[in-house]
Amino acid sequence: MELSAFELLSALFILILAAFVGYEVVSKVPTMLHTPLMSGANAVHGVIVVGAMLVAATAGGPVAIILALLAVILGTINVVGGFVVTDRMLEMFKKRPDERR
Amino acid sequence: MDTLEVLTFLVWLIASVTFILALKFLASPATARRGNQLGAAGMALVVTWTFFTTDGLLANWWIIVVGGAIGSVAGWLGAKRVPMTAMPQMVAIFNGAGGGAAALVAVVEFLRDADLHPGELLPLAFVIATLLGAIIGSVSLTGSVVAFGKLQGVISGRPVKYPGSQIVTAALFLAVVGIGIYLAAVSPSIPLFLLFVAISLVLGVQLVMPIGGADMPVVVSLLNSYTGIAVAATGFVLNNYALLIAGTLVGASGAILTQLMCKAMNRSIFNVLFAGFGTGGDAAAAGAEGEEQLREISADDAAVLMAYGKRVIIVPGYGMAVAQAQGPVRELMDLLVARGVDVQFAIHPVAGRMPGHMNVLLAEANVPYDRLKEMDEINEDFADTDVALVIGANDVVNPSAREEGSPISGMPILNVDQAHNIIVLKRGRGAGFAGIPNPLFSNEKTTMLFGDA
Repeated sequence: MELSAFELLSALFILILAAFVGYEVVSKVPTMLHTPLMSGANAVHGVIVVGAMLVAATAGGPVAIILALLAVILGTINVVGGFVVTDRMLEMFKKRPDERR
Repeated sequence: MDTLEVLTFLVWLIASVTFILALKFLASPATARRGNQLGAAGMALVVTWTFFTTDGLLANWWIIVVGGAIGSVAGWLGAKRVPMTAMPQMVAIFNGAGGGAAALVAVVEFLRDADLHPGELLPLAFVIATLLGAIIGSVSLTGSVVAFGKLQGVISGRPVKYPGSQIVTAALFLAVVGIGIYLAAVSPSIPLFLLFVAISLVLGVQLVMPIGGADMPVVVSLLNSYTGIAVAATGFVLNNYALLIAGTLVGASGAILTQLMCKAMNRSIFNVLFAGFGTGGDAAAAGAEGEEQLREISADDAAVLMAYGKRVIIVPGYGMAVAQAQGPVRELMDLLVARGVDVQFAIHPVAGRMPGHMNVLLAEANVPYDRLKEMDEINEDFADTDVALVIGANDVVNPSAREEGSPISGMPILNVDQAHNIIVLKRGRGAGFAGIPNPLFSNEKTTMLFGDA
């Protein structure tokens, strides 16, 4: 797990820039969509399932395998549940105001 | 760098762009759903790519397949079955799952590397990122579980405090920092690392227990941000830019959302986290109730009053959602509109259990979203409104927020008390979620209709 100074610095750049992007993008979301926002952002950090897969690839002993399995389960719950529940909420916002009457 | 690595970077880039767009498209209800689906597609891409291209993963394929199947079924069922009123708890539990996964990834990485290089110090950047992932992920996991319990009513919603609890929290925090420094600078001892994780888990419980149920949505939003940071830390450890970018995005967006929510309640984040809001509310509420003279109105009179008004503003609260009254409220709106009454909904920023929650609940009942007005838009209109119908809302219309000395002093409220007539639909005579008495209910213009909301 030896990272070169260049890799570390690149990661730091990405980190800082991504933080600004997150701040800017979310500032423009109206209050009425804040609940789907929270749940949608929640789904995005479900990307941790990729991390769980990466540690599963190198898991050797039984302890590591059990922990990796658990990580994959939790990560999948986060990602699947997060996107599905957000979609359910946003589906209801889809109707145009006057279609109904 | 071989072709496969280049392609992997490009996949990360595509996925990151879809995540950013998923959040960006939430700026308008018209594009929001498409954005979310785009994000899901990006996620599917990066997961599939990782599965087929990671060295050694195909040998351990069953871990992914079994884990993925269990997780998908659990996540899918939870997401499809949860009633809209229980959304904050659901977000809490999904967030806890993500935090737990991040903590586990950090733990497995640490154990593996400590095992590969026994007795050696690990690279400093690696240790710091791993420890951060482990502590923040653990706090997020147990904190979210407690928040879920409080929102679901499994755990008491009252702030749970015992003498010296803040000292215990501080001691736990210092212990974690101390052990962390030892692990990084002296020796990466595995037993000590496990102790580090165990204390972090306790810390999550310890931090959330003293916070009242009414503040849980803020806590969920904050923990959401924590999980994002934990994911970013593991992205650092695994040198995976998809994790790094997605985690940071969520970390930043969760932080600003938390800030917005605090602002809507006119409180600072420190106040939310450490003040144990609502502690003394009980006694005050009980004392005030005896003196209040509440006037009741019959349902028929209420109907006549509204039907002959020119403008009616409906102020929905969480009580309406609990009683599943969104449908009947919409029918009432249709009837009134058919009679030529101008009907609008006044949505307080924290109506429901979290910002925007009420919009979701009313959208579910097909209330057109152009009738929903935000507080700043509608507050001036109350003065020439014939009837303000308050349905299951309490604290957000409590005029004592304008005066000094109330626990909610300074919180922005809806100016319901300026309307010509006020009808309050309520389940019972008790105080609201925050446990504060509401003088609006004994106002001479106010009539109460006790019943299903």
